[in-house]
This record gives sequence, C-alpha cells and structure tokens, in this order.
Amino acid sequence: MELVTPGIGLVFWTAIAFICLLILLRKFAWKPILGAIHEREQSIDEALNKAELAKQEMARLTAQNQDLMQQARAERDEILKEAKTLKDSILNEAKKQAQVEGSKLIEKAKIEIENQKKAALAEVKDQVSSLSLEIAERVLRTQLDDKTKQEALVANLLKDVELN
Amino acid sequence: MDCNQVFVSKVKRLIVVFTLLIAFLSVKATAFAQTDTSIKPVDTAVVKTTEAVSGEHAEGKTAHGKEKFEPTKVIMEHIADSHMWHLWGHTSLPLPVILYTSNGLEVFSSGHFHHGEEDYKGNFNTYRLVEDKVKVIGANGQVDEAVSKTVLDFSITKNVAAMFVAILLILIVFISVAGSYKKRVGKAPKGLQSLIEPIIVFVRDDIAKPNIGHKYAKFMPYLLTVFFFIWFNNLLGLVPIFPGGANVTGNIALTFVMALGTLIIVNINGNKYYWKHIFKPDVPFWLYPIMIPVELIGIISKPFALMIRLFANITAGHIIVLSLISLIFIFETLAIAPVSVAFVLFMDVLELLVAFLQAFIFTLLTALFIGMAVEEHH
Repeated sequence: MELVTPGIGLVFWTAIAFICLLILLRKFAWKPILGAIHEREQSIDEALNKAELAKQEMARLTAQNQDLMQQARAERDEILKEAKTLKDSILNEAKKQAQVEGSKLIEKAKIEIENQKKAALAEVKDQVSSLSLEIAERVLRTQLDDKTKQEALVANLLKDVELN
Repeated sequence: MDCNQVFVSKVKRLIVVFTLLIAFLSVKATAFAQTDTSIKPVDTAVVKTTEAVSGEHAEGKTAHGKEKFEPTKVIMEHIADSHMWHLWGHTSLPLPVILYTSNGLEVFSSGHFHHGEEDYKGNFNTYRLVEDKVKVIGANGQVDEAVSKTVLDFSITKNVAAMFVAILLILIVFISVAGSYKKRVGKAPKGLQSLIEPIIVFVRDDIAKPNIGHKYAKFMPYLLTVFFFIWFNNLLGLVPIFPGGANVTGNIALTFVMALGTLIIVNINGNKYYWKHIFKPDVPFWLYPIMIPVELIGIISKPFALMIRLFANITAGHIIVLSLISLIFIFETLAIAPVSVAFVLFMDVLELLVAFLQAFIFTLLTALFIGMAVEEHH
C-alpha cells in the first residue's frame, strides 16, 4: 500500500522541478531547436522549389532560344529571298531600260545618221551643182571661144535633154 | 481515405503496444511467482550461512550482520524512496531532511540518524528513522504517531536527488544542443545534435502532429519535456551505480505529478466541443444521468491510467531485475550467477526498450488527449 501512496515531499519537489525544467527548456532549448529545425526545413523546401523553378526557367529559356534561332533563320531566308527577287527585278528593269535606252539611242543615231546623210547629200549636191556650174562656166567659156564648139555643145546639151 | 489510414496505423500501433504489454505482464507474473515461492525456503536455508551471505552481499541493503536474507524486504527497500543514497557496501550519501512541522521548518542532514540507529534532537522535536520514515519521538521515548502525522516530510530524498541529477543532465544536453543550433545556423546537424534531432523530429512528426493536428506547436514544449524527462529518468533508473539506480519514474508520486500536468493541460485547452461532449453528449436525454458521470470519471481516469501505467511498468522492471539478482543470494551459490546474470542482461535490454516505450506512450497518450480536447468538429 505504501508503494502506491504518493509522498507529499516527492510530489512537491517533482512539481517544482518539472515546472522549472519545462520553463527552462522551453526558453533555452525547445524554442531555438524547434525554430532552427523549422527554419532549416523551410530553407530546404525553398531551395528545392527554387531548383525546380530554375529548371523550368532553364527549359523555358532553351525553348525560347530555339524559337529565336528558328525565327532568325526564317527571317534570314526571307531576307535572302527578298534580296534575290529584288536583285532579279532590278536586273530585269536595268536590262529593259538599257534595251529601251539602247534602242532609243540607236533610233536617234539612225535619225542623226539619216540627217547627216541628207545634209551631206545636200552639200554634195550643192557642191556638185556649183562645181558643175563652175565647170560648165569654164567649159562654156572655153567652148564659146570658138563657134563650132559652141554649136557642138548646144547639140550635146540638146542630146542630153532628149535623153532625159 | 486519409482518416481511415490514420485510424488503421493507430490501431496497428495500439496492437503492438498491447501485445508488448501483455507479453510483459506475463513475464512479470512468472517473476512474481518465482519470488513468492522462493521466499519460503529462504527462511530455513539462510539461517546457517547468514554470515557468508551478508559478507558477499554488496547489492542489497540487509548489510547489517545477522539478519536473514529477505528478498521482499531488499527489493521493496530498493523500490521505495530513501533518506540516504546508498553508494556501496556500508557507505551511504546522507541527504538533507526537510520537515514542515506545526512549529516551523526543520532542516538537518540524514547522516544524524546513522542509518536509523540513533535519534536526532531537532529544534522542536526528537526524530527517529523507522523503516526510512521520519517519525517523531514522544516524551516517553516511543514513536508518537499522532504528532508524526502532522509533520510533513519535504526531504530531498534519494528520488528527489536522482531526479535533480536527471534534470541537470537534461538541461546540459539540450541547452548545449540548442547552442549548436545557434552556432551552426542553417547547416546540417553534427555530433550530439544529430543524435537528438531525429528524436525531437520524431516527437513532433509522429506524436504531436498526427494526434493534435495543426495546433501542435503550442504543445510541443510540454510534450518534448515530458518525453525526455521520463526517458532520461527511466534510463538513469537502469544504471545500477550512483548517480543512477533510483526508482524515480517507478514512484507513484512522480507519475502522479506528470499525470496531473497532463490533466491540467488537457482541460485548460479543452474547447467548447470537448465540454459539450462531456455535459451535453449526443445521446437521448434520459441517458444523461449515466453519461455525464461516466464522462466526468473519464476526465480523471485517462491521466490516472497514465500514472499507473508508468509507475507499474518501471517498478515491475526494477522488481524483476532485483528478483533475478536475489536468486544468487537465495540459492547461496555462485553456480546460479550465470543464469541470473543472463536473465538480468535480457531484462535490462528489455527495460531499455520499455524505458523508451513508456516515455513514448506517455507522450503519445498525452498528445492524443490534447488532440481530443482541441479537436474542431464541423
């Protein structure tokens, strides 16, 4: 019976000691320990989350890079194609223009040549006429020195006229 | 589904605990039977060779020459509290005696009693140590029981001193661990810290969180203190030499205080659902005369079971170990020693488990009761 009868002394000391222990441990042990464990767990969680986010970000960046690359490549192709067509069109234009210009020049030249030819011919005709007049004058002068010759000439002239 | 799983795991846990308890009880029963039957032959057998027995006998306290070897007395002396701390052989550490008498406080060393052989004349009365109890001696030289009853004994007894040792140890361990947390902020635990941390996390994640729920943080200091206080005292009780060996957690006074703590914590934090469950349970009103007293008894019986469980388990463990040791002195032969020691070794290992298990169960049930008191119903 004595074994199951709590003694007042031990009850008293246990109560005091246990309450002191509770207060001391609460302040100096449990608070810092539980706080530190909680903090560490949180920081580990955070680190893992961050790693996951970084991984996603990395994947996103890689995808973006690829996209950009593809886009750039497409753009380059586009530009090249455009340049090519532009070049072709310019070339064609130039060719056409050159042809037109050339043909115009040729035309001009032809007209010029024609004109020159005409002028030259006119000149030649002039000269020939003047020359022939001169010659005719001289011939007439010489021919008309004597009577026979004058008659011969007139005859000749008449002959010519008839021929004409 | 989730609730169901928790329930199943709890049931499993309880099954394990009860199986252990039953196994343990059966061991206890046989051990008691052994001691009971073995007491009888002792009386006749021991008389012849008392000298030899008490010569060898360094373990028990019947060291005074010509006594018979009585295992029950020896064991009970070990289990009970004492005003001296027996160190070895005839050497004991005297402890302070503090008496609260109707006239005032009396403080003196228990060394004055000389193991109960001498009376001590204090300021107000003369005292004598009778079966390790301080009694007042009347004018006729006899124990005055009436006056003795008015004297309250607040002595620093063996159990109190052993408890102080345990508390000191706990404070040293945990404050140093807390220090290393402050020193190594955010780093992995190291040394003692890495030994203690899993246990703290175990108490938090396996005892507090599943039983109390999201309000667990408020009760963590109490649960951790209870757990480590009981565990350290249980373990120190298993150490046979000074400063261990005291049956601290096997003393009903200590378990009474612990259970009282749980009772207070649970009822202070009980919410309206908890009180409604007690005073206005969901039963037909004509059952109230039965239900309300039952529920009120339930308030007391829960911590009462905690008190008895811890006390009985630890005391029983001590009794078994001491009984096995006593076998050597009962049979008065060294030949039985190997058997005894083998059994004691087995029991000590089992007691290591029980030391943890009892601390765990006490904390678990405290958490469970708190959880029942703070649970929100929807």
